Amino acid sequence: MATSAVRIKVLLFARFAELLGSTELDLELRSPATVRTVLDTLRERSGGARLPPSPLVARNQVHAQLDTALEDGDEVAVLPPLAGG
Amino acid sequence: MGFLAELPIEVRKVAARVVTPEHGGVVTFVGAVRNHHAGRSVVRLEYSAYGPMADAEFARIIAEAEVRWPARVAVEHRIGTLEVGDVAVVVVAAAAHRDAAFDACRYVIEELKRRVPIWKREHYADGSAGWVDPTAAGVSF
Repeated sequence: MATSAVRIKVLLFARFAELLGSTELDLELRSPATVRTVLDTLRERSGGARLPPSPLVARNQVHAQLDTALEDGDEVAVLPPLAGG
Repeated sequence: MGFLAELPIEVRKVAARVVTPEHGGVVTFVGAVRNHHAGRSVVRLEYSAYGPMADAEFARIIAEAEVRWPARVAVEHRIGTLEVGDVAVVVVAAAAHRDAAFDACRYVIEELKRRVPIWKREHYADGSAGWVDPTAAGVSF
């Protein structure tokens, strides 16, 4: 199964959505994939080079790390600095 | 249970969700839109959120507080366009005695700022606008 693909949905918000010109992207990554793989892929897109080195990220609506492993069907969110309250 | 409000928040209604006759100490934190930020004059702002995760994170934070202290906590946070003076967030912590109520209320508002995916875009008096980045140097949080 080492060659299987990991299909994920990427959600972008606020300033990051403006940078990438999109709020939602479907990506197909080669397995094994981590959150870092997603960020590397986004950085190759137009505007993606301006993403910070280590943004906050979430996997399936839970805060995650750059080395968090991804599974097929996951939802990965890239979160600009939080400003609630 | 949704914690994000598209309409004005009524403090009394938030409190009514958790306050019971056994609660002798009720602490309410009200966060309002202020007219200045980092030396600039703010006229209004827009809150947006990653809704499903914000609700899940609020639920986790409240559960943590209610395990740590003998208190019940209710929270509501506005999204959408707010004017100066509008209520942006309300946290109500109710306990038998004041110590647990103060501690639980403080915990929830601080964790909210650290963990709940909500963003704020400010509109300034000079017509410009910008995303608020509390992690940026020189900006008070």
